[in-house]
Amino acid sequence: MQKIMVCIKRVVDYNVRIRVKPDGSGVMLDGVKMSVNPFDEIALEEALRIKERGTNIEVLAVSIGVADTQQQLRTALAMGADRAILVQTDAAVEPLTAAQIFLALAKKESPDLIFLGKQAIDDDANQTGQMLAAIWQRPQATYASKVEISGEKASVTREVDAGLETIEIDLPAVVTVDLRLNEPRYVKLPDIMKAKKKPLDVTSLDALGVSAGVLLRTVKTEPPAQRQKGVMVKDVAELVDVLKKKGLI
Amino acid sequence: MHKVLIVGEHDGKTLNPATAKCVTCARGIADGEIAIVLLGADTAAVAAQAAALAGVKSVLRVDRPENEHPLAAIFAPQLAALAADYTHVFGPSTSFGKDLMPRVAALLGVPQVSDLMTVEGPYRFKRPTYAGNAIVTVEADPARKLLATVRVASFQAAAGGGTAAIESKSTAAVLPSHTRYVGARSGSTDRPDLQTAKRVVSGGRALGSADNFKLLFSLADKIGAAVGASRAAVDAGYAPNEMQVGQTGKIISPDIYIAIGISGAIQHLTGIKDARTIVAINKDGEAPIFEVADVGLVGDLFQIVPELERLIGG
Repeated sequence: MQKIMVCIKRVVDYNVRIRVKPDGSGVMLDGVKMSVNPFDEIALEEALRIKERGTNIEVLAVSIGVADTQQQLRTALAMGADRAILVQTDAAVEPLTAAQIFLALAKKESPDLIFLGKQAIDDDANQTGQMLAAIWQRPQATYASKVEISGEKASVTREVDAGLETIEIDLPAVVTVDLRLNEPRYVKLPDIMKAKKKPLDVTSLDALGVSAGVLLRTVKTEPPAQRQKGVMVKDVAELVDVLKKKGLI
Repeated sequence: MHKVLIVGEHDGKTLNPATAKCVTCARGIADGEIAIVLLGADTAAVAAQAAALAGVKSVLRVDRPENEHPLAAIFAPQLAALAADYTHVFGPSTSFGKDLMPRVAALLGVPQVSDLMTVEGPYRFKRPTYAGNAIVTVEADPARKLLATVRVASFQAAAGGGTAAIESKSTAAVLPSHTRYVGARSGSTDRPDLQTAKRVVSGGRALGSADNFKLLFSLADKIGAAVGASRAAVDAGYAPNEMQVGQTGKIISPDIYIAIGISGAIQHLTGIKDARTIVAINKDGEAPIFEVADVGLVGDLFQIVPELERLIGG
């Protein structure tokens, strides 16, 4: 194990209440706090823990997005990544395109392991890791809640609907992480200062030979249908009465 | 004429109910001809179940020893080969489908619509983003094959009574050996499956301990319900993760959802919005859960739950 690549997405912060623009053209993003996608933070934390258990492992953080995405990569460097690459673009990047970009980076960098969050909390697509593994022609272990590396193999416990499943994969491989894998560390001030000196390279889609096509056109964005406010009951007897009337019990 | 291939989910014995919901979704596509494909070591039993779903024209069995466990790396090349004859390939938005379908899409070089919730046209769909806080309408290019995972909570299961033809298929796909199944551990119970149960009783952090969840199990057993939990309760260690309901857990659509001691974080509400009736029991009358509840009761759950169990029985 020599190199781990972690893919990071800049997203609207977890705590921001999302509002849809009245004209239906998208969600309001002006002046909204942006952060590292929480699942990607867990992905990075796992890479750092593997690095700290091993010797001479490099952790590379990569992202795709607008120039300001450097902020999120600086956060990754402050957490402990050794180096970062931003593939800068103003275009909206769909999961398949993102996978093609990460593949181009993987071919350059030859990582033993690529970590991603299982999904980004903006588009909730849950596709990029699987797509990357497919076109890289390597194993995928999605929704990881435990990752154990031994030599050229990894044993990954996955969170599936029925419980937990364990698979063994040959490296190099793609692992997407779920919530329970770990709790990411807090960044300390001295680490932020140190991160400023770490290398952050900026490259482009052109340089990587990838074009950002539109495969799925978003034609409208709207708020979800609201549920009607219901009734309050005063005690259990009244509750049972209401449920019986509705034919539910 | 559109041809929709649905990737059936099963455990070798039983067809997952999510498959019947994918059929209903696929029937929303005009002029659609529907086939279900089943990959497994021996799919005879589940093929019969799939063939009985109304509206399905054919069931394709792809039986080979390597297909015993649903590994995306093994299934995807076979599905990519079989997809050649179809305009659409749908899978359920379960952990099985979410893992598998993007790998198939990427092998075909086509996009995927995740969590398809409404069919507006053969190439126009609605899907949720931002944890369900923004619903987007997307359009795909009819010249390309389209893959999708179907948000099963958005569709009713297709009825039975169908008589689809069952045929065996094989592909020339080369299967990798780099991914191997080791084992599974499930908190299997005799209770109904959370994802498909008609009744769900669910507990939050206010339960206070794993032991107190017994109150919920007792009530659930009385009414034949599955038991769920909020992320807060799972994170606190009161319940295992497979019981989690919400954005990062299971998205469910039971006839009745009884939320007990759950405050109703937006991520939790995302998972229960499609429930027909939501009942909320919470000591805090200001809890956000009451904003979405059809019936609310403010009070101490430790008194209310045993009383509810008693009165329902009476």
